[in-house]
Amino acid sequence: MLSVFKDLIRYNREFTIGLLLVSLIVIFACLSFFSPYPAQDIYVVIPDQPPSWQYWFGTNSRGQDLFWQLSFAFRNTLTFGIIVAVLSRLISITIGLASGYLGGWVDRILMFFNDIFVAIPIFPILILFYFVLRSDLNTYTLAVIMACLGWAFDARLIRSVALGLRFREFTRQAIFAGMSPRKIMMEEHLPYVMPIVFSTAMANMIWSIGFEVTLAVLGFTNINIPTVGTALYWANNHSAMVVGVWWWIIIPVVLLVMMFLGLFLLAVSINEYIDPRSRLRRMGS
Amino acid sequence: MDTVLDVKGLKAYYLMKYFGISREVRAVDDITMSIRRNEIYGIAGESSSGKTSLIKVLAAAMRPPLEVVDGSVRYHFNGEEIDPTTASKEDLKRIRWKHLSYIMQGSMSVLNPVRRIERTFADFAKEPLGLSGPAFRERVEQHLSSLKLPPSVLRSYPHELSGGMRQRVTIGLATVCHPEFIIADEPTTALDVVVQKEVLSMIREIQQKMGSSVVFVTHDMSVHANMADRIGIIYAGRLVEEGPTRQMFFAPKHPYTAHLVASLPRIGDTTQRPALEGKPPNLADPPPGCRFHPRCPLAIDKCRTDVPPLETVDTDHRTACWRWQDVRPLDGAPTGKMEAQL
Amino acid sequence: MRAYLLFALKRLLQLTAVVFAGVSAAFFISRLSPISPVESIIGRVSGNSSFSPQAIESLRSTLNELFGLNIPLHEQYFNFLGRLIVGDLGPSLIAFPTPAMQLVMLALPWTVGLLTVSIIITWLLGNILGGLAGYYQNSRLLKAFGVLAIGVQPIPYYIVAFLMVIIFGFLWPVLPISGGFSMNVRPGWTPQFILSILHHSILPATSLVLVGMGTWFLGMRSLVSNIVTEDYVTYAEIAGVKEERIVGSYVIRNALVPQLTALAMALGGIFSGTIITEQVFSYPGLGTLLIRAVNGGDSTLVLAVSSVAVIAVASAIFVIDMIHPLLDPRVKVE
Repeated sequence: MLSVFKDLIRYNREFTIGLLLVSLIVIFACLSFFSPYPAQDIYVVIPDQPPSWQYWFGTNSRGQDLFWQLSFAFRNTLTFGIIVAVLSRLISITIGLASGYLGGWVDRILMFFNDIFVAIPIFPILILFYFVLRSDLNTYTLAVIMACLGWAFDARLIRSVALGLRFREFTRQAIFAGMSPRKIMMEEHLPYVMPIVFSTAMANMIWSIGFEVTLAVLGFTNINIPTVGTALYWANNHSAMVVGVWWWIIIPVVLLVMMFLGLFLLAVSINEYIDPRSRLRRMGS
Repeated sequence: MDTVLDVKGLKAYYLMKYFGISREVRAVDDITMSIRRNEIYGIAGESSSGKTSLIKVLAAAMRPPLEVVDGSVRYHFNGEEIDPTTASKEDLKRIRWKHLSYIMQGSMSVLNPVRRIERTFADFAKEPLGLSGPAFRERVEQHLSSLKLPPSVLRSYPHELSGGMRQRVTIGLATVCHPEFIIADEPTTALDVVVQKEVLSMIREIQQKMGSSVVFVTHDMSVHANMADRIGIIYAGRLVEEGPTRQMFFAPKHPYTAHLVASLPRIGDTTQRPALEGKPPNLADPPPGCRFHPRCPLAIDKCRTDVPPLETVDTDHRTACWRWQDVRPLDGAPTGKMEAQL
Repeated sequence: MRAYLLFALKRLLQLTAVVFAGVSAAFFISRLSPISPVESIIGRVSGNSSFSPQAIESLRSTLNELFGLNIPLHEQYFNFLGRLIVGDLGPSLIAFPTPAMQLVMLALPWTVGLLTVSIIITWLLGNILGGLAGYYQNSRLLKAFGVLAIGVQPIPYYIVAFLMVIIFGFLWPVLPISGGFSMNVRPGWTPQFILSILHHSILPATSLVLVGMGTWFLGMRSLVSNIVTEDYVTYAEIAGVKEERIVGSYVIRNALVPQLTALAMALGGIFSGTIITEQVFSYPGLGTLLIRAVNGGDSTLVLAVSSVAVIAVASAIFVIDMIHPLLDPRVKVE
């Protein structure tokens, strides 16, 4: 595993750039633990200061130091993305392995539901949830909802791999050795699908964070929790572009694009490494 | 002798770079041979012996990382000489299909799955034949009927045809322009025995009718026994023995050929045949001297250090072995009595 | 032909299942809402003038009946399904008493038009360029395009749309950044009106194309770089088939088959992206309507938009599924 990692860094430029970008963002997010100001306080510094040595990223119209504010925002956004990725991975691994290994009517029923989840447009559903939950729709609730909606694509991918494993020699041996289906799936098949789980996790983070930003920009989440989306929401709310506080918008957008690009490059290069034939089917975000 | 193809000292290597480590695989290493007009030349050898790479060079179907490192390949068509490894794209295009055609391995995958057979025929043969719509169509239908294919296959998609029909279609595709030189790479491998026989006699028939030369590649010695006028044996990227079919079967002069011939199954024969020990050598790092020596029952010290040259031992018969005089047919090898079968 | 009909029937069944599941989910989620549409109307009406409690009570029961809220939940559900089929979900709140469905139907053509045009452009352009990039792997121009695609692809719709507004709204104001047509043009089948629509759709469509194209480009490029090693391509090359023919009919043509499947699977996501793009450009489509409905607390309208969105996306997927056997003769239409 470690040597694969080393190889990727040495010979795959895309992986290296991706890793660098993501690391930068993660370090930036971690700086929030040393912030001199609490995350939600406003008017702690002089408003509307352009970037300078004192305020690296400038200050916004709500009197917050953008550097620290965005560092909080990225921490929350990354946490959100990771929660969604982990939870939805759990669902898609379970469904994918079960469907691929058990086959028959179990497979048919699971894939029937899978196809429904693929076909339903998620955004109107998310807006419905906001409509009902209002400010109860915090980062964690949203993460759980998104995890429940975002597993279907990857479950299908995992299923196709598991389907191939089912007829391999070692599976038959495991069955003859009396291993239970659960044990076969967890101990024999899981290692084979881990690379896919990894690369789809990155794609999933791009997808979920994309939705979070979109919802937040519209004001359809709890706008008092600093995330990248709510940062942009407040900037729009104060017409930052019109009044000339451009750094309030440009800096988070640049950082966000860096993060997306980094995650995307990681997903693509891992994907290429494990299977040059596979490709990212997920559409934008 | 009227030769169509002359290969001299051909070396073709796979030059690969993977994760920073460069490797060269000597798939074709110093091969010299010539093919005559109106003959079937069989090329035999195990898988990954380099025979497919040789074919790719001959058919001008090389793609990186396979590259010609040394040597020459010369075709003589209509008094014109052309080297497919150095010729320009235009020159190659001029000889392809009209003079030089190719039957590719794996009939399942050589036809475009989303294109009707008639369009594939038009793509491949319309330009070389220089015929207009109806005349071309008539020619194709006529040619297909000589292969016992109804004209209706032209309207079909590849997946709608059976394996045998598909193979006949690809043979038809390769021969519709009546080429002088046909390269056939394992054309019968995936077929069942009955269809295999049919396809083989079809190739033979077409070859005789058109007077073309055929280079026929397969690892199956029984097919060679039925098809080839002459046989060349490839081992680890080298031509180790070459001779008329009959001599190769009854009086092989290379221990590897002797082994291949002896391993042929025969009706009524129940004797155990000794398997060849060891594995074929890794072409990225072949053994020094004669490449067969680690598996050779006759190997002596000289074999381990010096590369044996291809020596003429009889009319048309050449072998690359230091001890060819000691090579005897093995148990189970064909004897005079079996001649009728061949 | 019979086989094709049977295939269509099977897909139709799937379509029904998706629509049923989607609208049911939408219904039950919306019923979790603590805000009753009836109470908010009463609040609005009674705030302006004084009514007697009896009048308010009778208004409440009338409204309850109008919204179908005076019966148990499961009956409401069946009621909802019935009314959805008829296409009448009750009056909207933000434009009371205009029926919610009428508002949706006014907005639908805008979204469908914008989406259809931009998806077709995106898909064709992305696939053709990606196909060429996969075949001509040494072309500098196409390589540069690949780098650009990788850079743009992971950016969310919102950011791209927003950047376009900044560029064309503030830095270089040459194109309209808001609305579906100019205010000074009268709607109707006049050339001016159609031109105005096209003019206003340039930016939203471009932003959708920009975001979407990268995925198709990259997907196609990697598909093609695998297909060029397929036997039928190698064989055609050995046979000296014309290069344009090989690229078009052998390579790209074969790669389009999985790309069409991918399009069907991506449609839901693209639709979500359109909602936000419309909002940024104040385009008068479903997305803008949905957001207005949410901000106005109009649960009927939110439910109506969501249901129609589910139906629209599922139908579009159905249409693509129907094209599939025509593009790939191997699809078993059993």
